Amino acid sequence: MTSAEGSADHASHDAGPVDKERRYFLIGATSAVAAVGVAGAAVPFLASWAPSARARALGAPIKIDISRLEAGQMLGPIPAWRGKPVFVLSRSAEVLERLNTQTEKLEDPHSKRLTQQPESARNAWRSTKPEVGVYLGLCTHLGCSPKYYPVVEATDFDAEWAGGFFCPCHGSKFDLAGRVYAGVPAPANLEVPPYRYESETVLVIGDDEGAA
Amino acid sequence: MQKDMPAQNKSVRMWFDFVEWLDVRFPATETFEYHMSKYYAPKNFNFWYYFGVLGIVMLILQIVTGVWLTMNYVPSGAGAFASVEYIMRDVEYGWLLRYLHSTGASFFFIVVYLHMFRGLMYGSYRKPRELLWLIGMAIFAALIVEGFFGYLLPWGNMSYWGAQVIVSLVGAIPFVGPDLMEWVRGDFLMSEITLNRFFALHVIALPLVLVILVFVHLVALHHVGSNNPDGIEIKKNKGPNGIPVDGIAFHPYYTVHDIHATVIFLFLFCVVVFYFPEGGGYFLEKPNFEMADPLKTPEHIAPVWYYTPFYAMLRAATYPLFGMDAKFWGFVVMAGAIVLPAVLPWLDRSPVKSIRYKGALSKVMLGLFVISFVVLGYLGTIAPSDGATALAQVGTIVYFAYFVLMPWYTRAEKTKPEPDRVTP
Repeated sequence: MTSAEGSADHASHDAGPVDKERRYFLIGATSAVAAVGVAGAAVPFLASWAPSARARALGAPIKIDISRLEAGQMLGPIPAWRGKPVFVLSRSAEVLERLNTQTEKLEDPHSKRLTQQPESARNAWRSTKPEVGVYLGLCTHLGCSPKYYPVVEATDFDAEWAGGFFCPCHGSKFDLAGRVYAGVPAPANLEVPPYRYESETVLVIGDDEGAA
Repeated sequence: MQKDMPAQNKSVRMWFDFVEWLDVRFPATETFEYHMSKYYAPKNFNFWYYFGVLGIVMLILQIVTGVWLTMNYVPSGAGAFASVEYIMRDVEYGWLLRYLHSTGASFFFIVVYLHMFRGLMYGSYRKPRELLWLIGMAIFAALIVEGFFGYLLPWGNMSYWGAQVIVSLVGAIPFVGPDLMEWVRGDFLMSEITLNRFFALHVIALPLVLVILVFVHLVALHHVGSNNPDGIEIKKNKGPNGIPVDGIAFHPYYTVHDIHATVIFLFLFCVVVFYFPEGGGYFLEKPNFEMADPLKTPEHIAPVWYYTPFYAMLRAATYPLFGMDAKFWGFVVMAGAIVLPAVLPWLDRSPVKSIRYKGALSKVMLGLFVISFVVLGYLGTIAPSDGATALAQVGTIVYFAYFVLMPWYTRAEKTKPEPDRVTP
């Protein structure tokens, strides 16, 4: 072993020219194997940053009782799913009618951006049941939680306010179906989480298995 | 390869341009040559010369896995034990990160002990490498302390009582002992306060000290040059080009050589990590799977295996002497056993460095020393008994005799002549 190394160093004059092709092949092959090894060794370190079993358990679906939710109201205290606020609101027939007709100021009135809601909520009300809206209460701009302004009246931020959500951070506006106004910083409608009705009055958020 | 030449030439030229740019601003080529491609190491390195590099491998592994464990570990009395269980059960690959770190500690000590044994065998501590040896001893001392702090962190019952015993050693120091002990703990008992300061020292202070010491160790090594199994200076025999005739460039010869050894070492390491992570109760002790309880000492308390030789010597001191009690002498014996190797450069009076050319006495003494170290290591793991204590006392005497008698036996024995050139 050592004598071979010694002769490689000192007898190179006699050994003829260096076979560079062979050398580059060996360096390349060794580097390739090493790269695979490093990539494999990196897996546990990178994977350990994913949500742990505890985080996933805490992020499990939650149940919400909506039996006391009255028309025109938003459920309070605001429930949280995976630590995020969930807006559950009840909408009157009048509001639903408005949602259906007043769409000219909206960026994406027909929910064309598919990532923002499950298929079951791709309609004019962005919900499975028209009267109950369920939205993740985080602005799609930079993640602040918008405020609920349900009343149709002139406000500081909009003289022709038709009811909806206003984000205090950067002024984004959403209607009562969580649809974003055109010309505000937020690019997309409020996200609709996966949810289903366990019964008439119990919502399961975070799970839409078996939902229509 | 030939037909790729133009393209290759272009990229090669770009690389050289970059290196040139770099060298004006940073001693890149100079440093690489000094420490790697023009660092001439003796060509007769053998098996024992792997453990220096493996020590660096373990240091890096411990730092990386340690950083990752810190991401989920909670240094609090209420949270520490549960957070370790959380890492083991809930964090993705947490079990692997923790086992790499806990097994890594044991392997780090295996590597360091073998590295030190190599030094004893081949006289690597002799002139001009005294300072290199002293820096190494400082690394060893820092590693002992680092491992000790780390062992408290899981906050298991063995962590707790093990640390309680070692911190109580401070109490053996005359006059100031009891006050000092309270100061070290920051409380009247081992508590969360102690845990928090040990955590800070384990994850920041000592790793920093270790990294700096290892760096200085390498700087000193590359200044004086590596010793070799023959214990002769290759720098005394240089060729017309000024390069030692028996030296070969560290890169590529020893880099490739050491990568090979590292791969085999990591195979063995992985076998333990994946199949025997508790090391039969020696790497992770059973009582540590129970949370720290200040009111209940485990049935049998022993430190992790890498401290047991010193622990056995601590327990072997059972007589009061010169008006000081046995507890004080136990502390002195243990501290002495750890510190004594540092003065080896001035104890060894042999005309030759390597065990290959030393006489029978040196060989017998080194053999006895190794046996005493292993036997003491075993005795430190078992429950105390009269027989075990007597054996530990004999072992302690042999351990110290290796050092204390060295000035005598290295001069008394007949040595063989050293060769002019290294032998394969």
